Amino acid sequence: MANLASNFIGIKSPNPFWLASAPPTDKAYNVERAYEAGWGGVVWKTLGSEGPPVVNVSGPRYGAIWGADRRLLGLNNIELITDRPLQINLDEIKAVKRKWRDRALVISLMVPCDEESWKDILHRIEDTEADGVELNFGCPHGMAERGMGSAVGQVPEYIEMVTRWVKKHSRMPCIVKLTPNINDIRKPAEAAHAGGADAVSLINTINSITSVNLDSFAPEPMIDGKGTHGGYCGPAVKPIALNMVAEIARNPATRNLPISGIGGVTTWRDAAEFLALGAGNVQVCTAAMTYGFKIVSEMISGLSDYLDDKGMDLSDLVGRATPNVTDWQFLNLNYVTKAVINQDDCIKCGRCFAACEDTSHQAIAMSADRTFTVKDEECVACNLCVNVCPVQDCITMVEVPKGGVDQRTGRKVGEYANWTMHPNNPSVAAAE
Amino acid sequence: MPNSPQTPGIVAQRLSSEQVAQNFATYQPAYDAHEARVAADRCYFCHDAPCMTACPTAIDIPLFIRQIATGTPDAAAKTIFAQNIMGGMCARVCPTETLCEEVCVREVAEGKPVEIGRLQRYATDSLMAKGVHPFTRAADTGKRVAVVGAGPAGLACAHRLALHGHAVTVYDRRPKAGGLNEYGIAAYKSTDDFAAQEVEWLLKIGGITLQTGKELGRDITLAGLEAAFDAVFLGFGLGGVNRLGLAGEDMAGVANAVDFIATLRQTDDKAALEVGRDVVVIGGGMTAVDAAVQAKLLGAQTVTMVYRRGKEKMSASVYEQEHATACGVTIVYGAAPVKILGARKVEGVEFAYESGETFTLRADQVFKAIGQTLVGEPIARDGKKLSNRVGKVWAGGDCAVGGEDLTVTAVAQGRDAAEEIHSVLTGAVR
Repeated sequence: MANLASNFIGIKSPNPFWLASAPPTDKAYNVERAYEAGWGGVVWKTLGSEGPPVVNVSGPRYGAIWGADRRLLGLNNIELITDRPLQINLDEIKAVKRKWRDRALVISLMVPCDEESWKDILHRIEDTEADGVELNFGCPHGMAERGMGSAVGQVPEYIEMVTRWVKKHSRMPCIVKLTPNINDIRKPAEAAHAGGADAVSLINTINSITSVNLDSFAPEPMIDGKGTHGGYCGPAVKPIALNMVAEIARNPATRNLPISGIGGVTTWRDAAEFLALGAGNVQVCTAAMTYGFKIVSEMISGLSDYLDDKGMDLSDLVGRATPNVTDWQFLNLNYVTKAVINQDDCIKCGRCFAACEDTSHQAIAMSADRTFTVKDEECVACNLCVNVCPVQDCITMVEVPKGGVDQRTGRKVGEYANWTMHPNNPSVAAAE
Repeated sequence: MPNSPQTPGIVAQRLSSEQVAQNFATYQPAYDAHEARVAADRCYFCHDAPCMTACPTAIDIPLFIRQIATGTPDAAAKTIFAQNIMGGMCARVCPTETLCEEVCVREVAEGKPVEIGRLQRYATDSLMAKGVHPFTRAADTGKRVAVVGAGPAGLACAHRLALHGHAVTVYDRRPKAGGLNEYGIAAYKSTDDFAAQEVEWLLKIGGITLQTGKELGRDITLAGLEAAFDAVFLGFGLGGVNRLGLAGEDMAGVANAVDFIATLRQTDDKAALEVGRDVVVIGGGMTAVDAAVQAKLLGAQTVTMVYRRGKEKMSASVYEQEHATACGVTIVYGAAPVKILGARKVEGVEFAYESGETFTLRADQVFKAIGQTLVGEPIARDGKKLSNRVGKVWAGGDCAVGGEDLTVTAVAQGRDAAEEIHSVLTGAVR
């Protein structure tokens, strides 16, 4: 079994699976249950300033979207930071950390945007012996209206300023949690880096309305006939998160900045994908909220088996796919594939035909006995048939070898050539 | 309870009324909303779906399942009823395992089809429970059509004609409308008087006059109908029962399975019905299965179905055969009856395998179920099925060419005849 022990910016944990700062990490009871289940680390639910705690709504806090069989695909929430008194949280954090020395325990923080507030909270948490702090610059609802959370995360200058304060007033490793509710994720990451952050974590939740009640005509979750945007998370946001992780990982300005990957991690495979794109570890929330803490067992066994199969260490996986993330203009325009339907696996549902005939390139033929075959002379290799087929691997994309003829264009498949070299590219023509 | 399954002879009350009622109530319970959603989620929404092609009434199955999945079962019901006004009964009695569900791509892929029949029942029950009739009759055309036979073919024809604004009079020789839905379907498949409820619901379209107790050749004549109406549809089914052609088949204790099934349907306290201790059913179709299973549900100790050919030739589906054996019925294949044994009442039946070897089954009750035939009606010619159209007379269902002894096929033929009649009456075609 592969060794999954993780060292993320000096914070050690027996595996790279942490629970993200969120409802599952709100108090000692949950956190200890998570550790017992095998979670490598926990980011404690965000603490605020000393004083009267925030107040949460007492109506529904979560909204959701579902796939087939009511499988939860996306969750949104309008819960705020911890609504428990600061001292209770601090006492519990200290007790839990003492009991679970081998596990990571990071404290998430969100206080008003002034140096005194940050200095004060950092001073108060010092005694807990927690492993680090995570600055919550991501929360998109409620706290943002009060000038915190994503209101800070959307202004790179603020991120840099607050990060500097934190590094000035604390020796703890500092992770800056980024909001995805921004045009270019590289800018806040660069700001965190400039401010001295040890790492960034992303993504926090995405502004969202999950559904509208068609009887009450209000967004859901609905509180007394009204609704507000909440933070969206779960499997549905994974593609957005992967892209943002990759953007930071391959940005020369932040290339060596450690990343804690967050966003829809549900299985070991999701985690491995984040790691491959450059995340040093992952944080999980929705999957635990959907299925309970036990899922970490599958993540541990799956990642371990995968690393064993590949003969890799955990550190070999981190960033392994980053160099292969590129810009569209560098993609090989002479790489030609064709869809191939395995007739033995085909169950003749015809979804590939409907998709191709109605919405793509009319490249699938249907015979009277419902045999579906690809017309190579029409197939542009868009992959839609693969994506809509209910049978995994029934349709595959097969490469036309170099020197072979693309039946669609009648041309031989040539050597690597991309858009920057293409005669249709105006800038190429201008250069000539 | 005076009797038990062991009591010899043909007697009532072999089981308590409660036990019998329970026996007849537990076949394929209806889906609840959650089960329906889960089942509907399995549909792939196939292109040019094989299930739809396999349905004799061509119901748009992927569409109605998607409508269930999206929380609109009433819309699903309308999709079904637009093609098959008896979609409620068909959901209960269609041999889906040899029609839509047999060709479901998930049957091909996993051996577990989408449960189309039960989903159809969920949708149709949902709308019918509200007492809503989803169609509105067109303005009266002034044309009048006679329909003979208030079974699935006749009622489907009458409904479609009424929908188009024609005035329809439906005649039936029995005291109740419904035909085989009312008299021929096994009681455990049509509980809660569903056939009668369905007729009542169907007639809400308006423009249909029902005349029961009117038999063609006795109370009405074809010539009279032709003279009085603009068109006539014949859908009176098969009135005759094939005979074994054996001595003693009229002996006490020997009966037609169709009569046993009809009596069961018209009896509320089924435990009051008499049934033998050792029952033998001769035949291999749905009628034979229905008689055998229901004899068992009434408390017969042994029920044996004997079919003269092999399992694969049996017209009752494998699913039905398995249901019968699960109920405790023994099925013997490849044996034909050669002798009814007994003096004043039946005591047994002697059978011969194809090899010539013979064996005897003890029996105090024997049901004959070797097919029905077109007899008695004055227009029948040598038992041959009727042409689908001769002049202004149309025919459909079991009595007509193409009839298949299936409710759904009868509905399709009645509906299609109605469309043709409508085209002729409105001058669109001749």
